[in-house]
Amino acid sequence: MSYLPFALAGWLFLVGLYGVVTSRNLIHLVVCLAVVQSSTYVLLLAIGYVKGGTTPIFNGIPIGTKTVDPVVQALTLTDVVVSVTSLALLLAIAVEVHKRTGTLDPDELREQRG
Amino acid sequence: MHGLVPLVVAIPLLAAAVLVAAGHALPRPSPDVVAIGAAAATTVLCGLLAYGARDHDLVYWFGGWRPVGGVALGIDFDVDLASAAIAGLAALLATASLVFSWRYFDEVGVLFHALVLVFLAAMVGFAISGDLFNIFVFLELMSVVAVALTAYGDEPGPLQGALNFAVVNGIGAFCVLIGIGLVYARTGALNLEQIGRALEHRRPDGLVVVAFALIVCGFLTKAGIVPFHFWLSDAYAVAPAPVCAIFAGVMSDLGLHAVSRVYWSGFAGALGEHQAELRAVLVALGSVTALLGGVMAFLQRDLKRMIAFVTVSQLGVGLVGIGLLTARALGGSTLVLLSGGLVRGAVLLAVGLVISVTGVGDELRGRGVGRQLPISGAVFALGALMLAGLPPSGRSLLDTGAPTGYGWLPVVLTAASILASGALLRAGGRVFLGWGAASDPALGPQHASAEEDEPRQRQRSPILLVPAAVLLVLGVAVSVWPGAGDHAASAAARVTNHAAHAREVLDGRRATSIEVDVGGVDAVSVASGLVSAAGAVGLALLTLRRRRVSDLPGLRVGALKAVHSGVVGDYVAWLVVGLALVGGLFAVLLR
Amino acid sequence: MSHRVRTVLFLVGGAGLAALLGWAFSGLPAFGEYHGVYGRLINRETLGQTHALSAIAAVTFDYRGFDTLGEEFILLASVLGVALLLREARERDVDASRGAETFDPIRATGLVAVPVVFLLGLFVITHGYLTPGGGFQGGVVTGLAIVLVWLATDFRSYAALVRKPLADLADGLGAGAYVAVGVGGLLAGGAFLESFIPRGTIGELTSSGTIGLLSWAAGIEVAGAMLLLASEFLEELLARRER
Repeated sequence: MSYLPFALAGWLFLVGLYGVVTSRNLIHLVVCLAVVQSSTYVLLLAIGYVKGGTTPIFNGIPIGTKTVDPVVQALTLTDVVVSVTSLALLLAIAVEVHKRTGTLDPDELREQRG
Repeated sequence: MHGLVPLVVAIPLLAAAVLVAAGHALPRPSPDVVAIGAAAATTVLCGLLAYGARDHDLVYWFGGWRPVGGVALGIDFDVDLASAAIAGLAALLATASLVFSWRYFDEVGVLFHALVLVFLAAMVGFAISGDLFNIFVFLELMSVVAVALTAYGDEPGPLQGALNFAVVNGIGAFCVLIGIGLVYARTGALNLEQIGRALEHRRPDGLVVVAFALIVCGFLTKAGIVPFHFWLSDAYAVAPAPVCAIFAGVMSDLGLHAVSRVYWSGFAGALGEHQAELRAVLVALGSVTALLGGVMAFLQRDLKRMIAFVTVSQLGVGLVGIGLLTARALGGSTLVLLSGGLVRGAVLLAVGLVISVTGVGDELRGRGVGRQLPISGAVFALGALMLAGLPPSGRSLLDTGAPTGYGWLPVVLTAASILASGALLRAGGRVFLGWGAASDPALGPQHASAEEDEPRQRQRSPILLVPAAVLLVLGVAVSVWPGAGDHAASAAARVTNHAAHAREVLDGRRATSIEVDVGGVDAVSVASGLVSAAGAVGLALLTLRRRRVSDLPGLRVGALKAVHSGVVGDYVAWLVVGLALVGGLFAVLLR
Repeated sequence: MSHRVRTVLFLVGGAGLAALLGWAFSGLPAFGEYHGVYGRLINRETLGQTHALSAIAAVTFDYRGFDTLGEEFILLASVLGVALLLREARERDVDASRGAETFDPIRATGLVAVPVVFLLGLFVITHGYLTPGGGFQGGVVTGLAIVLVWLATDFRSYAALVRKPLADLADGLGAGAYVAVGVGGLLAGGAFLESFIPRGTIGELTSSGTIGLLSWAAGIEVAGAMLLLASEFLEELLARRER
């Protein structure tokens, strides 16, 4: 039980990668990439969790209250922003690919090879 | 001197924000002037920082949060000579690229300038940050900007290159982040020196070994090391030449720089007992990369794609230097990366000029079109010879820094250089002299390059050549300056002395300066440089004058080319295999 | 490489990777048993040092405010990238006069929600160091309040509200302001991003030094970025419908 969150992070990482590798649709591929990234949120937040700890916001809680790690929370915030931006950029690429080539299948993009 | 440290990031970022907010209102050419001014100022600042960091590191704590009892509260910039130099290289290439772009694009928008400036800040921050998570932030910033710049154009080619770039590098960055999470869980630290101290003197277990593997593989993806390199040629080939000059000149090098920094500051204490095994893995990866990059470069006809594989090959050489894990070889690697980066930037700008004037960036289709551009041809040829290792200060350090048992290395590296430079000289001979056959089946079908449309026949602005010439001259200067070897080796010696380095950063105790006299240039290396250059010329002449590449005996390269399929799913599958392979080797060898 | 070969290759590599991750995770402290020195130190010192009630806001905008600077520019760069990709490629600007009529109850509810959500966004930006929230969260809410206008009415009203140069300005200004606050620390004789205004009384809106300013800079930047992203994709959608 105590390792379940970490196992979940590992599972999300691998299953997301499987999706990216086998995807036949760019939108699907981009969402799979988001799944890979979400494994990093789970991992970071799970690492910083302290059993019985509250949010590290010291508004009306007694001094010395057990709190979870604030650093991983800030790191995750950064990670979320990174995720949003890379999603936006990749989706814009997907939109343009469809506009210019009429397909969303990554396997059909073969201008560059060899 | 110390107070200048944050400006190398603040100046380009502030200029970029101003351009985004008000750029539309500014009349041409003020955006160009603002952008070039900011990039040039950053270059000068990086030069000053390199000078200031010649004897000891400049450590700067953002927000004034100095470490308390060896625990870092905030984020630091840790400027040593090598990182200041590589940041300076980034700034110089960005300046050159902006100057070049002034006349390169028909219509270059404010957005382009802003993106190049943000890219510059990201590269500088990535090079000199001493905080692992901050390095990840700059890695992501670099990727986002680079993807946007790669897609600058309106044909399908750039999109495929940008897509492959974004997906593969994105996954590489997630690997780094998982590694950071693991390390943070173990040490409670994000500062590299603090991590190094916390991990020291304890047997490395699964967590440490796998975290190291994930972080290293993530950075090797950025550096384009086999088998993480596939995205690189697709992206570089489609990016506009001035952008590509920055990519090939410094972005890949930064990935290697990060590997060296993470190892020496963070993991050298923990993995020190297994140095020999780690050395074997890294040198093997580097050697394979150097050779494969050389072979693949030799099989290209698209000039930018060819230079991309030349970059891969050279980065392999760089990884060998870093992977040898001695101060001397590390210094050599720094010099190889610096002079190589300058020269690759120059060669790419020369190619950019050819594309700009003739509209062709392909060796076969462009046969003879470069006759009207003799100076570009000279820059290209001289650059190709330089990349073969003619001025040997870096290679000399690298060769003499190898421990016993690596006597075979110069042979491998020379062979790789012959292939890579031979490819460039062959292409140069065809494009600028009109030599060789008009077709060559081995070079494969033509690539639709982003910028190949009908000849633009724009006026040849001499301004376009100035940045290329400056880069080339500096590349020569770095290689032949007699003091370069001593300085690089001394700086590397301070990096590899990780305990003193940690005291310098965390306790503010200035390390005693180390002066290394490398004793001039090694005769064997000079000879091997000459052999490389002669071999490259010979190979180029052979394939231009005697036979086509497809006539060369024993060349079974169809499979090798087929592996570079351009399909992002394939690349991610290779990345996962590479991760498992490197991680597995580490797991067996580093415990 | 065929699809099948690729999948097999991945499964082989993925099995290895899974084993490695399992091995690494077995070295982690058990879930809930974390005692890292960095977080403990900040939880102990943040009130005294930064006067911010929220340790997370203190980490985001003070101790590790420099990370957030990079984050601001990641957002800026991705917006520029999307604009380059979509804006440049769209042949002409979308005819904003067309747009489907919205069902009245939706229009009414939506329009009532707009000011409420907008104010909520501003509240979240303002109170980030006192309560959960901050510039990023509040910026998203504020930006999306304006996107609600489109959902509730039509594109024309939305386009009249969101002028791209204005959103560009917000985007650039927000990011620039963050750097400027950093430089302010230098001008006051401290380090880059060092707080140069009084820390104030804990718990008050005027407390926490530059955390509030930086939170606002981030809020403006994020709101502008959200609007620009939404606008670019919306216009793309409308341009397609027209074709």
